[in-house]
Amino acid sequence: MFTNLRAITMTSILALGVFTAPASAEDIKIGVISILEGAFAALGQDGIRGAELAVAEAGGEVAGNKIEVITMSSDASPDSAVNAARKLIEQDGVDIIVGPLSGSEGLALRDLSKSYPAVTFLNGSSAAQDTTLRDSSDNFFRFGGDGAQWMAGVGNYAHDDLGYQKVAVVAEDYSFPYTQVLGFMTEFCAAGGSVPDKFWTPIGTKDYSSVVYSIPSDVDAIFVALGGADAVNFLTQYNQAGGDKPIIGGSITIDQSILDSEGPFKKQLIGAPAGTPTVSDLDGTEWKAFTASYTEHFPDGFTAPSIFAHHYYMSAHAAVLALEEVKGDLSGDQAAFRAALSDLQFVTPTGGTMRLDENRNGIVDNFVTEVFEREDGTLGNRVVKIISDVDQSLGQDPSAFLAQGPVSRDNPSCP
Amino acid sequence: MRTAFYLLPLAMAPLFANDFWLVQILGRALSLGVIALSLTFLAAYLGVVSFAQTTMAGVAGYTVAYFGPNTVDVGYELPFYVILPLAMIMATLSGALIGLIARRSQGIYAIMITLAIAVAFFYFTRQNYSVFNGWTGFSGLRAPDIAGINLRAPVPFYLLCLGVAALSLVLVNGFIKSPLGLTIQAVRDEPKRVLAIGIPTTPVIVAAYAFAGFIAGSGGILNIWLQERISSFSVGLGPIVDILVIAVIGGLKHPIGAFIGAIAFVLLDTFAVDFIDRERFNTLIGLVLLAIIMGAPDGLHGLAKSWLSRSAKRPAKIKT
Repeated sequence: MFTNLRAITMTSILALGVFTAPASAEDIKIGVISILEGAFAALGQDGIRGAELAVAEAGGEVAGNKIEVITMSSDASPDSAVNAARKLIEQDGVDIIVGPLSGSEGLALRDLSKSYPAVTFLNGSSAAQDTTLRDSSDNFFRFGGDGAQWMAGVGNYAHDDLGYQKVAVVAEDYSFPYTQVLGFMTEFCAAGGSVPDKFWTPIGTKDYSSVVYSIPSDVDAIFVALGGADAVNFLTQYNQAGGDKPIIGGSITIDQSILDSEGPFKKQLIGAPAGTPTVSDLDGTEWKAFTASYTEHFPDGFTAPSIFAHHYYMSAHAAVLALEEVKGDLSGDQAAFRAALSDLQFVTPTGGTMRLDENRNGIVDNFVTEVFEREDGTLGNRVVKIISDVDQSLGQDPSAFLAQGPVSRDNPSCP
Repeated sequence: MRTAFYLLPLAMAPLFANDFWLVQILGRALSLGVIALSLTFLAAYLGVVSFAQTTMAGVAGYTVAYFGPNTVDVGYELPFYVILPLAMIMATLSGALIGLIARRSQGIYAIMITLAIAVAFFYFTRQNYSVFNGWTGFSGLRAPDIAGINLRAPVPFYLLCLGVAALSLVLVNGFIKSPLGLTIQAVRDEPKRVLAIGIPTTPVIVAAYAFAGFIAGSGGILNIWLQERISSFSVGLGPIVDILVIAVIGGLKHPIGAFIGAIAFVLLDTFAVDFIDRERFNTLIGLVLLAIIMGAPDGLHGLAKSWLSRSAKRPAKIKT
């Protein structure tokens, strides 16, 4: 049944390809999908900048073939990401898609990519685990980590260096925080720590009082995997209620905008560790060069590239490098191009070496950061540990890691 | 006769339109149009603007997802000839239930109560994992093969959408002329007089909502076959407002308005980003919608009708 659908879709794509063939012989079209509406619009815009930067650095062409970038917006919902991808493929005739931004969108595009074997999908910044770990798709590549890889090092650091034994979890109730909690708990539980309680809150929750008062009093710290306004609301309410447990942050919990906001909860964050693949003021030559190039191309962008610009850049950069290797040849359902992508190695803006595992997921370097107080009283994040070569099974045996089952509210568990 | 006049060129569309236009533009517009039709029906004949039509469509969609083939290991697979009637029954029942709750409300209060139900359903689907699979929802939903034809292949899917759309239009037009349909319109105009001649209004209102649920359900099934997935996002505030926008720009006075509005909406939604700077495309969509509402208070259908009648009058003037 499915093969039939596939055959029909394939023939229809081929039929469409006949009409668009003259244009695509010279131009290579890259479609970029990011969130350009709603609460994430400013961040999604930065993702687009990252992809455009990679193309601009290549001079907008590869081996004499002009690269055309076509952008399309989604609104964080899987449906809109799928509609955007279909429009890019069927109407604009793109060869490569870079995107999307958020976790559930990534899962939807992974499913969609199986229906379009002639198009190569390069993940943007979406970081759900199963996008590449389970049911992976031959033409879906992720030059970056998932949410669990982004937490590498934090569990061990919390247990061994900070001496925490019991940690409660407060996180948003969807795929990306699940993956982050898994990344933290895998290390923390293996090191001998326990997580007696997990609190899953709907995204956009305003009143956390029921959670604040349910946190057991005998825990050593709280792992908070909330983003943006949710993190500010929770931390403020926890502080106002007299809570004094130390905080451990997820990858998007303690960003600079939270450290710059006003409120007494800030004092509580000093010393809080977090895991992230992107440190905005990293002290490395590659990162400094990347930041300089970013600010030169986009004077109206952020002061430093965000995690989104960083990841979209890596994907688009990988596409450009692989295209250079095959001299822009995308014939034969892009077979040569994909082989080049699979074997690609390049130095990332954070100084590590990016390469893919057999599921086409990145093996990455990750940072454990810590909040510190600068001399002028403002707060910043500084790197305390670099974990190199983090793969998707977090250093475990891949088949044993898979056997633990898909990540969910209740998996993993170590009460 | 007139229906055939409109249908014929539409049925010929596969001869000259490519797959993208057939499925992503026309198919999507027709399936959204069917859902919007259920809103237009309630607005035009019961005089109630309901925000819960996406919910009724979602109930049908979730039924198909839960009992049909999916890739998330939730649900129980049944053959499609059982699923489809089941989904329609569930959608009709959900319509009846919403009608029962909202039966005493009119005007802004009906809007509020249906909106409250719709938003409650949205949060429920997002929080419940055993039936609705929460945030992630269902993916890998495939339309069935019938007699070797996959219903999701471009041409069959488009013709299916066209057939369902035409059928629901015919159904609505027939229903409003039936005794029950006439009673619904009587309840809209003079509920007290309907009561005075001994007809209880509650069953009539509930029947109208149930019928709307039936129509919305058929659109909902088409929509998830098109998307091949459903999640809490599909029944969230965005799609709820989209359906309202479609119905309003098309015109709430006549059922065909829902489809005119849907085509206009899908074209805008798909191509606005090509016409204008990508940061501003929502502004363009908003401005066009605003212009339609200001320039054509009765929607695009009303506008077209007044143009047609004007151009029909002009030759008559020359004669005199």
